[in-house]
Amino acid sequence: MAIDTFTGENMEKIRVEKLYKIFGNKPKKALAMLHDGHDKASVLEETGMTVGVNDASFSIEAGEIFVIMGLSGSGKSTIVRLLNRLIEPTSGRVFVDGQDVTAMNNDELVKFRLHNMSMVFQSFALMPHQTVLDNAAFGLELAGVDKEKRQERALEALEQVGLAGWEDQYPEQLSGGMQQRVGLARGLAVDPEILLMDEAFSALDPLIRTEMQDELLKLQEEDQRTIVFISHDLDEALRIGDRIAIMEGGNVVQVGTPDEILQNPANDYVRAFFRGVDPTNVISAGDIVSNTHPTLVVTKTGSLRAAHEILSGSDREHGYVIDAKHRLLGVISSEGIQNALEQGLPDQPISQAYMDEAEPVNFDESMQDILPMVASSAWPVPVVDADGVYKGVVSKNRFLRTLHKTETNGDSGGDQ
Amino acid sequence: MFDNYIIPLDEWVTTFIEWLVDNHREVFQTMKWPVEQTLNGLESGLNALHPAIIIAVVCLAAWRFSGKRLTIFSLASMLIVGFLGLWEDTMITLAMVLASVIFCGLVGIPLGIMSGRSDRFEMILRPILDAMQTTPAFVYLVPIVMLFSVGNVAGVLATIIFALPPLIRLTSLGIRGVHPELVEAAQAFGATRWQTLMKVQIPLAMPTILAGLNQTIMMSLSMVVIAALIGAGGLGSPVILGLNTLDIGRAVVGGLGIVLMAIVLDRITQSIAQNK
Repeated sequence: MAIDTFTGENMEKIRVEKLYKIFGNKPKKALAMLHDGHDKASVLEETGMTVGVNDASFSIEAGEIFVIMGLSGSGKSTIVRLLNRLIEPTSGRVFVDGQDVTAMNNDELVKFRLHNMSMVFQSFALMPHQTVLDNAAFGLELAGVDKEKRQERALEALEQVGLAGWEDQYPEQLSGGMQQRVGLARGLAVDPEILLMDEAFSALDPLIRTEMQDELLKLQEEDQRTIVFISHDLDEALRIGDRIAIMEGGNVVQVGTPDEILQNPANDYVRAFFRGVDPTNVISAGDIVSNTHPTLVVTKTGSLRAAHEILSGSDREHGYVIDAKHRLLGVISSEGIQNALEQGLPDQPISQAYMDEAEPVNFDESMQDILPMVASSAWPVPVVDADGVYKGVVSKNRFLRTLHKTETNGDSGGDQ
Repeated sequence: MFDNYIIPLDEWVTTFIEWLVDNHREVFQTMKWPVEQTLNGLESGLNALHPAIIIAVVCLAAWRFSGKRLTIFSLASMLIVGFLGLWEDTMITLAMVLASVIFCGLVGIPLGIMSGRSDRFEMILRPILDAMQTTPAFVYLVPIVMLFSVGNVAGVLATIIFALPPLIRLTSLGIRGVHPELVEAAQAFGATRWQTLMKVQIPLAMPTILAGLNQTIMMSLSMVVIAALIGAGGLGSPVILGLNTLDIGRAVVGGLGIVLMAIVLDRITQSIAQNK
């Protein structure tokens, strides 16, 4: 998630407000029924109209990968087309950067699509009569960029997705995975702030799919875009999603980070989705960290005696030593300190008592990754971020309780 | 039960056409003008060129778009036609076919595109096209003569009525056959309706549109004999003349000319379409 460097708050990129889409010739009637609390099935039965999206509201933050997940017919492909108005909403609003997309006239809409959003399709939707290069340059051509410049930009985009050297081929000469790379290059060439990906990798075989997911994550590291990713594949959603929205029968039933949803599924539908998912793959050390253990801030004068006082006053066996910038320096045990003091070294620096074997884990690592460490350590395992800043600890107790909670919540089977 | 009253539709139509002829003939003469100019230009152009040049151009096209076999066949056909004494008639027929194809294209492709993009438009157009294709040509020959008088131009106009529908239908079919996801992709990237049409729909519908043009050419050729009934020249006139004088040989020679031309034009235009 992108953080506004000035205010420190998350920046909202897209906001969807009370969005409805009803397919049929008398949407007003169906809309009124929905407002009265009828559901999709009864609307269909009574009016013959299909509810595509029912009262969807959520917001998407700048720079995040927002996965909209659901089974087929849940309205996920409709909702992504409502964002760029390939499908006209029946009611409700879509704001992008505070601009109301639903209120745009035709010219404004064309301009908006040219410059703000591009899209990658499940069926690739490449132009069969154009070369790979022209396909990648398609959006720029529509925008009226002159030939030399758009080809240069398209070549860059093709290079980004690893297709340099293929620019003179036609799409049908490429494999599915490569075709979708062209689709991705076409989306990237216009340098959009928002990328809509409608089941972009679903038509690819599993190995290529994983490869493309990695590619997307890599691209996202280089250049943070707001990505709205439609998927029916839970593994994919968990793998690439910063946050996930789960749709059921046109309704958005839950929005949250993967572990939020995993730990607190909103209903049985969501729970069923997560059945069979190993929670330890999803929940990271950062999610279950607690900071109940004493930390000692070390200064130049930090000594064993001072450490001893803090530890014995806290009723804990272990302490975590950090510097003024909160970086983890080491872990101490009261036993180790006791030994050192008995050897008569009260004024020695605290670093004398660090336990060599106490390595920290990264807060990004999954529960699965940290399991051996947690299991084999007598002390709660310290967790640090990428800069080495101390975040807290994960104890055996905490680990097991999380596991227990997700298993009863997610009903994800007793075999884990 | 029908003895008591007969709707006098025949009288109404006669009155209506006579009224048109008396009061609005100049409108039809104006409509005739561009066709006449095009046809005359083509005709004098083709006749001014030395036969060898025309044969060379046709053979070159056959060579370029198809291959050796079609080139040899085209060369042989043209030589046969020439030595049968049909060269001038063939050029007139060729000019008429080209003129009708040009106007069919000018009218038919836009109408086909519109009907490909709008269900309502297609719904209105379809019965009109059905009528154009199924009404026997003899029915509209007389009003055409009354409004446009006899001759090659009237012949071309009758031909257009007959040869236009398949082009409209196939153009519409081609536009509708473009994968909706490609149209959606174009829109998603900010294409206007015009850009979607020019950059996606027409290029992808082109093979079908060319098939429509091919059909138009073939149907134009099949109208040659009927057009000769209202005084159009070309390969149809020896057929009609032979028929009237029971000169079987003459009719067969004219017919052979039509068949040879039809095959050459069909094969060449088909291979152009396939090359696309």
